[in-house]
Amino acid sequence: MEKLEEQKRSEKKSEILLEVKNLKKYFPIKAGVFKRTVGWVKAVDDISFFIRKGETLGLVGESGCGKTTTGQTILRLIEPTAGSVHYNGVDLLSLSKRKMKKYRPKLQVIFQDPYSSLDPRMRAKDIIAEGLKSAHIGSRKERYEMVKKYMDRVGLSPLYMNRFPHEFSGGQRQRIGIARALILNPELIVCDEAVSALDVSIQAQILNLLDDLQKDFNLTYLFIAHDLSVVKHISDRIVVMYLGKIVEIANKHELFINPLHPYTKALLSANPIPDPTVKRKDRIILQGDVPSPANPPSGCRFHPRCWMAKPICSQKEPPLNEVQPDHYVACHFWKEMIEQNG
Amino acid sequence: MKSITIEKRGKLRDFIARRKPIIEDWKHTLYLWKSTKLAMIGTVIIVIFILIAIFAPIIVPYDPISSNMSARLQPPSWDHLFGTDQFGRDIFSRVIVGSRIELWIIFLVSLISGGLGTFLGVVAGYFGKFVDEIIMRITDMFLAFPSLVLAMAFAAALGPSLTNTIIAISVVGWTVFARLARAEAMKIKKQPYIEAIRAVGAGNSRIMFLHVLPMCLSPVLVQLTLRMGTIILTAAGLGFLGLGVRPPLPEWGSMVSDGRSYLVAQWWISTFPGIAIAFVVLGFNFLGDGIRDIMDPRLRR
Repeated sequence: MEKLEEQKRSEKKSEILLEVKNLKKYFPIKAGVFKRTVGWVKAVDDISFFIRKGETLGLVGESGCGKTTTGQTILRLIEPTAGSVHYNGVDLLSLSKRKMKKYRPKLQVIFQDPYSSLDPRMRAKDIIAEGLKSAHIGSRKERYEMVKKYMDRVGLSPLYMNRFPHEFSGGQRQRIGIARALILNPELIVCDEAVSALDVSIQAQILNLLDDLQKDFNLTYLFIAHDLSVVKHISDRIVVMYLGKIVEIANKHELFINPLHPYTKALLSANPIPDPTVKRKDRIILQGDVPSPANPPSGCRFHPRCWMAKPICSQKEPPLNEVQPDHYVACHFWKEMIEQNG
Repeated sequence: MKSITIEKRGKLRDFIARRKPIIEDWKHTLYLWKSTKLAMIGTVIIVIFILIAIFAPIIVPYDPISSNMSARLQPPSWDHLFGTDQFGRDIFSRVIVGSRIELWIIFLVSLISGGLGTFLGVVAGYFGKFVDEIIMRITDMFLAFPSLVLAMAFAAALGPSLTNTIIAISVVGWTVFARLARAEAMKIKKQPYIEAIRAVGAGNSRIMFLHVLPMCLSPVLVQLTLRMGTIILTAAGLGFLGLGVRPPLPEWGSMVSDGRSYLVAQWWISTFPGIAIAFVVLGFNFLGDGIRDIMDPRLRR
């Protein structure tokens, strides 16, 4: 019986909810009196991935690698330069603005900073009900009843519904943000560094809440973060980005045990272990800084900092290939990496 | 059952607790107000001005419009506190009734120019790009003229009357508010909460008028108070030049103008309305400065 359910769930999981193909977002660099475009910042440069129904896809990378831009482009909060985002088979990027409005409730977002993401002049109940009001759902009374229900569900007392954002703590504010997204009954929630601005203890509470909500509401998460331990805790699969490109996609266990891209390996080795007695020998210190996304290196973008780089790396850009089942990597030397991982 | 009683008891306490920071804030504002002397003086002058305007029909001893040739050009006395003009009208009565006209002009001009300016400014700042370019270039065109000259041109083109004075001053004055509101809107639209509101599906007009506009109002209101003195001066200037309110109506500027040719022998005709203008303009300037200082976050706390 249990097995059957498990099987059913995995079948459901294999269904693809969102597919991103060749997504690009270039920001123009303008200079001079006449605001001539003198170059482009390639924030997101030709990335493709998919999210299965019901899973949590972690998206990691260092600051400025295009994680947030990816999330914003999927939600069409900023317009992409090229590419497609298929949600249940519908290309969101080709929809008109009016048609896109219909899909907005289905794709929601939780923001990083719980202090600036809530309108300081609105009461908690109005912030949470904003989406319902915009979509003209329910009467005033019905909306507030729903607000009460969802506040309760995210762990806020409905007695606080008349308070203003400044009267809440950071964790409580983030719960308001979650309730605001949840009340629209979404399928996909983009958590854009949703816990990065919170204390570690509060982080754990919010992560557990997100976990519970996923089960109860059948949610799919795109979890953007820079903290690997957080991503490891919550994700099913992990996408690693570097300078606007995806370098590796894998199941989280696979990624942590068998990273096939040198950058992933360096990133994992930089993850702190909260134990002072552990002496780490395997730490990989990368040389140099992240190059500018306005003028990325030729070939593989990681080659100037890579300890495994060979001449081919600066000439030919490695494509993102599925080298093992469900394990994608963009490196010429993934076979050598397997040997190294031993 | 238990939870209900807690909820009921909690309601009143919650109500007070919730408003406590707001009450404290107001107390602090009042304290700053009292300690800023100029703001207090300004407030007193403006309150007196408004009270006089409200109770004008009760205060006036004589009819301010109809002429009385037997009592013309009388100097100030107990009968005629400010004297009489060349048509024998009591100047004190005319100054008192004139306050109503000035107040009416200030009110309508503030409403029209403040409203128009804020609306256009928010639209320009929110949409940016070419909408912004068009609106701001129009604003620049208005700002390129000296404001009194432009107001004169409008008043002359429309013909002298109270309504046209108000229109002329409003058309000249909205640019300041448009620039202010635009700057504020540009700042606010970049806030993450605006992005959050867009993500839950709110449209442009909803975001613009329900979320961006309210945040733009407080600097606009401060500026409006500061501009009220200028509004009176412009109205009086137009009146003085004969482009403003028509003669029988006791507008202060035109009253100063009326006494012009008698100034050497009968000084009181021009002087008293002039003093009234000076006091009210001073009052508004003090009040505006005071409000600006009180709102200044560096002064607060």
